[in-house]
Amino acid sequence: MNRFSLHETAFDPQRLLEALRHPSCGGYVTFEGTVRDHNEGRAVRRLEYEAFAPLALREGERILAAACARFAVERVHCAHRTGALEIGELAVWVGVAAKHRGEAFDACRYIIDHVKHSVPIWKKEYYEDGDSGWVNCEHCATAPELTAAPGPHPAHDTCNS
Amino acid sequence: VSAAPGIYGLVLSGGRSTRMKRDKAKLEYAGKPQLERAMDLISPLVERSFVSLRSEQRSDPQRAAYEAITDLKPNLGPIGGIQAALHAHPQNAWLVLACDLPFLDAATLQHLIARRAPARLATAYRSRFDDLPEPLCAIYEPASLPAIEAWIAQGENCPRKWLSRSDVELLALPELRALDNVNTAEEYAAASAEVGAPAVQRRHLNVRYFALLREQAGRGSEALQTEARTPQELYQQLQRERGLKLAPEYLRVAVNDEFGDWHQPLADGDTVAFLPPVAGG
Repeated sequence: MNRFSLHETAFDPQRLLEALRHPSCGGYVTFEGTVRDHNEGRAVRRLEYEAFAPLALREGERILAAACARFAVERVHCAHRTGALEIGELAVWVGVAAKHRGEAFDACRYIIDHVKHSVPIWKKEYYEDGDSGWVNCEHCATAPELTAAPGPHPAHDTCNS
Repeated sequence: VSAAPGIYGLVLSGGRSTRMKRDKAKLEYAGKPQLERAMDLISPLVERSFVSLRSEQRSDPQRAAYEAITDLKPNLGPIGGIQAALHAHPQNAWLVLACDLPFLDAATLQHLIARRAPARLATAYRSRFDDLPEPLCAIYEPASLPAIEAWIAQGENCPRKWLSRSDVELLALPELRALDNVNTAEEYAAASAEVGAPAVQRRHLNVRYFALLREQAGRGSEALQTEARTPQELYQQLQRERGLKLAPEYLRVAVNDEFGDWHQPLADGDTVAFLPPVAGG
């Protein structure tokens, strides 16, 4: 199985953790990101995730490879949901196995931060008031007189995890 | 008196074009892909002409239009193509050309052939930059095969280094810029402008839309014919035609399922995706 995986339906984090276990490892850190019932002051009813699968898998794998190169960790995995999710459902899971706890904590943090920043996955929130919106996208409209010079992303972070 | 071995032609097209991020064989000059230009240039001057490729390129329709010689071993670079050609037709000499020489002209090749020294291992031009041999517009004689194979067996793969240590006829370039090559999108833009403005040409492109852009476009993907030459030009067109409202400074570009550049040249059959700000996690 690839170290970065996309799942159209609920996945079992316990199975992913068991697959990381190894006698040489004494420290396991996992992160679970679940769907929260509010964002930026609005009540959220449910979510939808959309992925550009081939590039998301490739970019996810690059992040995991970079984490392994940067930290003394033995095994890593990151799983991300796509499709419709209800409040409380598991959206993203990161698992790290290492000899010692310190590097495992650092690598786990590194992986989730980078996954949120660069893997092509998008999130649409459906609000209690019936409205909906794509997180990080709704303020990116072309200004009428704006010249079109490509540049970096805005630094919004309104994600649930 | 035995005549010198006849010359076959080989155009190298197996390069990975990593800096260009585009298959250099397909870059167009004056509306014609470079592989076709190189084959048109070499074919009248040699007995038979071939394209050199990696095994995974055999199914590429543009390369399939020509007789092909496939690398015997992967990852050797140009010297692997030269070796495979000499190996396939060991009785012939090989005029070998790179596929990224947009300024190369017939006179430069005719001069090389006229000054060929068949008793030596190869005939090549000196670089106008450092006087070293130019390996990718040169004639390799049949006798060079064992020497090249010994060179590869030593773990070497630089054909320039091999030429500079071998018995080779070296010529001065009659046209100084004939062997200037093109490695980056910027160099390509300058070269294609100089070689001849490409005739306005329509490419078949596939576009994929995600998230808010998918909703604005009203579709997840489409195939279209367009005169757009770069992702930037394509996005400008789609902003008008599909009502895309996200400003490009917030987007990233992907070409053929890999992150790309707003200014990279697009080719027929490319799939382009414009990626809104991501929000995983």
